[in-house]
Amino acid sequence: MTKSIHNNLDRHKIAEIQPLMQIHQLSLFYNQKPAFKDVTLSIPQNSITAIVGASGCGKSSFLICLNRLSDLIPGCTVSGHIQLGTLNILSPKANTTALRRRIGTIFQKPNPFPMSIKKNITFPLKEHGVKDSQQRHNIVEQVLKDVGLWSEVKDRLQDNALTLSGGQKQRLCIARTLALQPEILLMDEPCSALDPISSGIVEDLILRLRQKYNYTIIIVTHNLAQAKRIADYTALFWVDKGCGRLIEFAPAEQFFNAPNNELTKAYVNGIKG
Amino acid sequence: MWKPKTLSLFPLRNWFKYRKDFLLVWLLRGLSAIAGIVILLILGFLLREALPVLEEVGITAFFRDDSWNPGEKSYNLVPMIWGTGLTMMGAVLLATPLGIVSALFCHYYAPMPIASLYRRLIELLAGIPSVVYGFWGLVVLVPLINRLHPPGTSLLAGIAVLTLMILPTITLVADASFAKVPPEYLMGAAAMGLSSWGTIWQIVIPSAKSGLFTGVILETGRAIGETMAVLMVCGNVVQTPDSIFDPVRTLTANIALEMAYALDNHRSALFVSGLLLLGVIIVLAIAAELVDREAS
Repeated sequence: MTKSIHNNLDRHKIAEIQPLMQIHQLSLFYNQKPAFKDVTLSIPQNSITAIVGASGCGKSSFLICLNRLSDLIPGCTVSGHIQLGTLNILSPKANTTALRRRIGTIFQKPNPFPMSIKKNITFPLKEHGVKDSQQRHNIVEQVLKDVGLWSEVKDRLQDNALTLSGGQKQRLCIARTLALQPEILLMDEPCSALDPISSGIVEDLILRLRQKYNYTIIIVTHNLAQAKRIADYTALFWVDKGCGRLIEFAPAEQFFNAPNNELTKAYVNGIKG
Repeated sequence: MWKPKTLSLFPLRNWFKYRKDFLLVWLLRGLSAIAGIVILLILGFLLREALPVLEEVGITAFFRDDSWNPGEKSYNLVPMIWGTGLTMMGAVLLATPLGIVSALFCHYYAPMPIASLYRRLIELLAGIPSVVYGFWGLVVLVPLINRLHPPGTSLLAGIAVLTLMILPTITLVADASFAKVPPEYLMGAAAMGLSSWGTIWQIVIPSAKSGLFTGVILETGRAIGETMAVLMVCGNVVQTPDSIFDPVRTLTANIALEMAYALDNHRSALFVSGLLLLGVIIVLAIAAELVDREAS
């Protein structure tokens, strides 16, 4: 089964990719029960990779492996290989603190810390050794401008972050992650807990981040229209015999217009999923 | 945002619509009324018994008289207030950091089997009868302190035994309030590569603050009310202590020691100290409630 799925990947197009992160035969188990198995793909640099698929196919589990957040979940084991530059991410010797600074994560539910708006950004900076308070203040202003929040909150930086609206909270979470200058942003359905307008603002922000700063973004979404709007590359995960599999990974245009796999075709055309 | 605190199944204005539940509702109301009335009765009883001496010598006599000598009409409670206050403060100051740190260990550092074993142990510690603590203090702790600085039965022994007794309260309450810290905060902190220390200090403790505060109030209440163990190890000399090696007598020990033979005004004066203790506990209970309300 594994073989036949891999044969369906379009090897020619994939070969042109400048890979930033290479994932080989990655599997994740919750108490020996696999969430997804044998995922092999390369994440292209400076682009948005969308991961789509029905609920429970291991998309989010896949994402948390990439910066070892899976370590935090009791009973969760990961096998395979993930290479980021010279760093072997899954090696027990890898420094997860440094790794997670390089790979930032945005969660589905906005989770600002229960402290002031400003401190939400300055506290992680302090933790990562930015000692100069003027420098920290400049970064706060810079990242809040980047996410379009500065004009909305510049007069109330000392207010508790929990008083912000849902969309503002999510943009604050993106801002505090950007403040650490990661190379890769992982986003786990960043818009699905937001209303349509906030969702649109965050979506525009994601596109702007890619264009202006050349971020590499991996976004999990079950909103196919959203993937179509923003993705450069798209991967489809699907459940097969109770376990998630990578069905197809291709440049977005090909993925949506001329997919190789029958399942992708059915999914894209709204017949399945 | 408006949030109902508890759902009311039977709003007062239309209870008669629920005729089937009539009996149950009134049974429940009756039972809760009894629980409430018992507390009021105790308060009323304490007031009634304390009133004769309060009327005769006035409230100031309990703070201004030369000594505690009810036979000679001297009712100075200040040494006992010092005894209760100092043992309580010492124990709370020691038990609070210890309890919070051990709850943090249990919650964030200990591997699962050790954490659950540790939790059971702490629960067991809470269940040991206070007389057993006193007994242990008397045969183990007091001789040790005696070797350091006689006589051994002292404020220090009281503080040490009380610390052990209130440790489970603060540990279990702290553990429960750490469990209520939203996991998203911890995930978010880990996702940014924050240190455990920074996460605990800046995120976990502030979010659990009101729970921790409630724990401190509860342990304070327990420390103030404890009688048997402190009576056994404190020496019970009526004096304001000069050092932690001096024997002291607490308000609770005073009542327990003298109630059996006290008559008239002496007996009434003991009820005054009981009233004082109840007053402090009521204030603490109100403080705990306010902290809780502040948090929600």
